[in-house]
Amino acid sequence: MERTAVLGRLSWRFATVLEVTAETDQTHSIVLDAPDWPGHLAGQHVDVRLTADDGYQAQRSYSIASAPSDEQLVLTVERLDDGEVSPYLVDELRAGDRIELRGPVGGYFVWRPTDAVPALLVAGGSGIVPFRAMLREHGAAMSAAPIRLLYSARTFDQVIYREELLRLAARDGIDVSITLTRAQPAGWHGYTGRVDTALLRQVSWPPEEHPAVYVCGPTGFVEATANALVGLGHDPGRIRTERFGGTS
Amino acid sequence: MTDRLDGNAIAGALQEVFGREMTTATGVCGHCGDSNRLGALAVYLAGPGTVARCPGCDAVLLVLAEVRGVTCVDALGFADLQPAG
Ligand SMILES: Cc1cc2nc3c(=O)[nH]c(=O)nc-3n(C[C@H](O)[C@H](O)[C@H](O)COP(=O)(O)OP(=O)(O)OC[C@H]3O[C@@H](n4cnc5c(N)ncnc54)[C@H](O)[C@@H]3O)c2cc1C
Ligand SMILES: [Zn+2]
Repeated sequence: MERTAVLGRLSWRFATVLEVTAETDQTHSIVLDAPDWPGHLAGQHVDVRLTADDGYQAQRSYSIASAPSDEQLVLTVERLDDGEVSPYLVDELRAGDRIELRGPVGGYFVWRPTDAVPALLVAGGSGIVPFRAMLREHGAAMSAAPIRLLYSARTFDQVIYREELLRLAARDGIDVSITLTRAQPAGWHGYTGRVDTALLRQVSWPPEEHPAVYVCGPTGFVEATANALVGLGHDPGRIRTERFGGTS
Repeated sequence: MTDRLDGNAIAGALQEVFGREMTTATGVCGHCGDSNRLGALAVYLAGPGTVARCPGCDAVLLVLAEVRGVTCVDALGFADLQPAG
């Protein structure tokens, strides 16, 4: 293939922060007003760019947490204490601030309500974000495709979108399983421990049913989970992954 | 920023360069012949340059670099690259 250098055709736009709400201690949702937003698909993300006073720029990707049918664009960001961009987005942003973004981008890690096959969604930590958009979209489009979500969080307090997930789980066709890896509150009825082969076997559809599989979260989590799924007999070609970075 | 990511992480940069959604495009590795959606490539962001490797054999398929605000792509590792239909 030839070498090419082409001027950018995807433009950056300013979005105004309408509201910042805490989901957990470490994680905030940022509600944005993005004028002329072209619409998006559940699972797509945006690139966010910050520019310092001296012109220094930093850019990161954030999944879109809102469904295509939602009125506002929402991102959910987890603060990494040693991070460059996420502490700013979580701690410093206020209503009225503007951030630069481009998107929506991505077409690979996307779920469409016209997809009729069962889907298994496996999330680690903030990897739940694109799945929240998919589950909302599932409801809004009254999709008949069965969906199972397996969500791994360290503690009950770190479960993002907790109330909403419980509400969604009450819907027909959506199953939500949560596993808490570090500590469990008294009377916890969900799973405990890391996502492993035994838990995946219990929660997922058998490979013979050819489910669509989506795995999202920190790199190490995604790799261990995808390997375990392949070990169970799932077709690697039907497992879509989105690595958020980091190794935990 | 040398974590292993995947092709989703360069969706925006690729769309900027190619002018269309590319994570669903299929690339054939010039080294081992595997074909993969670009979304499934192993991607390493390292400052100004980004490298995408074949998830099967680790060969370098694509290099992205930003030079004075212009994103340049070198896709020499592919034997073939077909945008999604
Ligand atoms: C396609 C895509 C979608 C994403 N969507 C989201 C999202 O919806 N919400 C969200 O909070 N993040 C998301 N991320 C991760 C996000 O882009 C940043 O990597 C993250 O916010 C860390 O940025 P930072 O500048 O704070 O940390 P950096 O300064 O980049 O990194 C600081 C340290 O943390 C490690 N690290 C980097 N990322 C992670 C991580 N995700 N987990 C654990 N350790 C990490 C690094 O190796 C480094 O040691 C997504 C990433 C991708 C590629
Ligand atoms: Zn290869």
